[in-house]
Amino acid sequence: MAEIPDITIEVSHLKKNYGPLTAVNDLSFSVKRGEILGLLGPNGAGKSTTMRILTGYLPATSGSVRICGLPVASQAEATKRHIGYMPENNPLPDDMRVSEYLWFRGRLKEMPRARLRARIDEVLELCDLKRNRHRILGRLSKGNRQRVGIAEAILAEPAVIIMDEPTIGLDPHQIIIVRDLIASLRGRMSVIISSHILPEIEATCDRVLIINSGRIVAQGSPAELRHEIFGHTSYRVDLAGDTAALAPLLPAIEPTLKVESVGDCAGDGFCTATLTTEFAGDLGEKILQALPTHGYRVRSLARTQPSLEDVFLAATRRSWDARLPDPKADSRAPLPKA
Amino acid sequence: MRHYPTILSHEIRALLYSPSTYIAAVFFLGVMGFIFAGILDLYSKAPQESPPAAVFFQLYWFPVFFMVPLLTMKSFAEERRMGTLETLLTAPVSTTEVVLGKFTAAYLFYMLLWGSTLGFHYLLQLYARDTRFLDPGPIVGGYLFIAISGLLFIAVGILASALTRNQAVAGILSFTMLLGLIGGLSYLGDLNAMHAEGLQPVKAALDTLRIGNHVEDFTHGVIDTRQVVFYVTGSVLALIFSILGVEVKILGS
Repeated sequence: MAEIPDITIEVSHLKKNYGPLTAVNDLSFSVKRGEILGLLGPNGAGKSTTMRILTGYLPATSGSVRICGLPVASQAEATKRHIGYMPENNPLPDDMRVSEYLWFRGRLKEMPRARLRARIDEVLELCDLKRNRHRILGRLSKGNRQRVGIAEAILAEPAVIIMDEPTIGLDPHQIIIVRDLIASLRGRMSVIISSHILPEIEATCDRVLIINSGRIVAQGSPAELRHEIFGHTSYRVDLAGDTAALAPLLPAIEPTLKVESVGDCAGDGFCTATLTTEFAGDLGEKILQALPTHGYRVRSLARTQPSLEDVFLAATRRSWDARLPDPKADSRAPLPKA
Repeated sequence: MRHYPTILSHEIRALLYSPSTYIAAVFFLGVMGFIFAGILDLYSKAPQESPPAAVFFQLYWFPVFFMVPLLTMKSFAEERRMGTLETLLTAPVSTTEVVLGKFTAAYLFYMLLWGSTLGFHYLLQLYARDTRFLDPGPIVGGYLFIAISGLLFIAVGILASALTRNQAVAGILSFTMLLGLIGGLSYLGDLNAMHAEGLQPVKAALDTLRIGNHVEDFTHGVIDTRQVVFYVTGSVLALIFSILGVEVKILGS
């Protein structure tokens, strides 16, 4: 195989129209070798379309995609050699056996027979399919089918692996297996996965790309995203004492620290207060030291991280809001204001 | 073309595993057997002008109408419905290789089924008391016709399958196209309007394209290159349209 460059996927100003509908609008990103990128977005955001364009299955309306330095549009066959792809819902021919299917796919991917025989054993082992190697694909459980799809994608050891919703419809136990499998590819292959399941993406991906109606609305590592979207950290304190006098005390601890809200007080006099700050570091110790000196009794303190879910909701809502003033630019029906 | 053998063997395997293949085969051999027995019955009652093989091949259209759709309707329609076309085409293969692989597999099977009717002629040879009157010429010519016309018929079936995601639609579409090809062309040639002076060249062209005449020529030992060119170019055209059809349907997906 030819030399694999450091940047394996380069997408610039990618655009795809289905008639009047714009599915992907001016998308640009790149993926480094060995990186796992998560593609997040609501239904119809253009995730699957983007992936299909990357694989060379669909042509783009404009823009360019380069896989391992080769343009997909003009050298589709060469770029397909570098890609392992698992489409949405993982279609498999129902009448073949697992090992037969992998053999057929390996031959299509131009693997030499001797290498392929050894490699099939390897991926079956890797995907925990050894016991099922002679079973018919149509009779496999959903989890096993999904693993066959992943085994097929990594079969030829491609530089780029693209998986469209690899964990859809799996039970939590199987999700963990699939997630570990994807994580085991880190460092060797570039992986793009799309998902609705946010903890999933958070656990496996180095970088997350949130797209909505074909545009990137946020990108970065999960931690960066939290900071970018919310820009503040919050602490939840369970304390007893005069909550009304709390606010003036806080700037002494950290200038940007504010009381966001004071929740209901329990019968024992303890109230839950939420404090927010723009300070990126951890203020836990300072708060714990400062509050008792002012006569407060503190029962618990927690630094609350906005989950990726909050980030996702905030990011997609933000992009909807941004679109609302200009409904003519987008052909889709205007979405209700969130 | 390096994936062509892989796809071909995969397709042959798929045909061997599919029940519709066996339904087509059983139906075909049953019907052809009855036809052949009927012909022999006719010959045993009264002397006939042409050899039995010539009459047998005159009825080529009957199995073509039901067998070609059954053999080809699955090829693309099923893959598209299952979504496996996407995995197939994202492997480093070209659409041309896929279309040719599916076409060749269906064609080989079509020829295999026709080849099995050789048994009828063998049985006749075995039990006929006087084999001097059983001329092998029409048999050779007849099978040659089947082999050459089969290219076009199978290509038309593949084309129909490439145009839809529904097997039933593909089957009916290929039946209709074959009907137009076999029945429609000779019907047009027979129209009264065609006898008009100005339409003579059109009528001449339609008469040349009459597939029924081609069988007669082949079984009588006349192999006309014009007819061969018609079938070969026709099948190439249908295959090119199939390749375009598969690619165009992806654009709209």
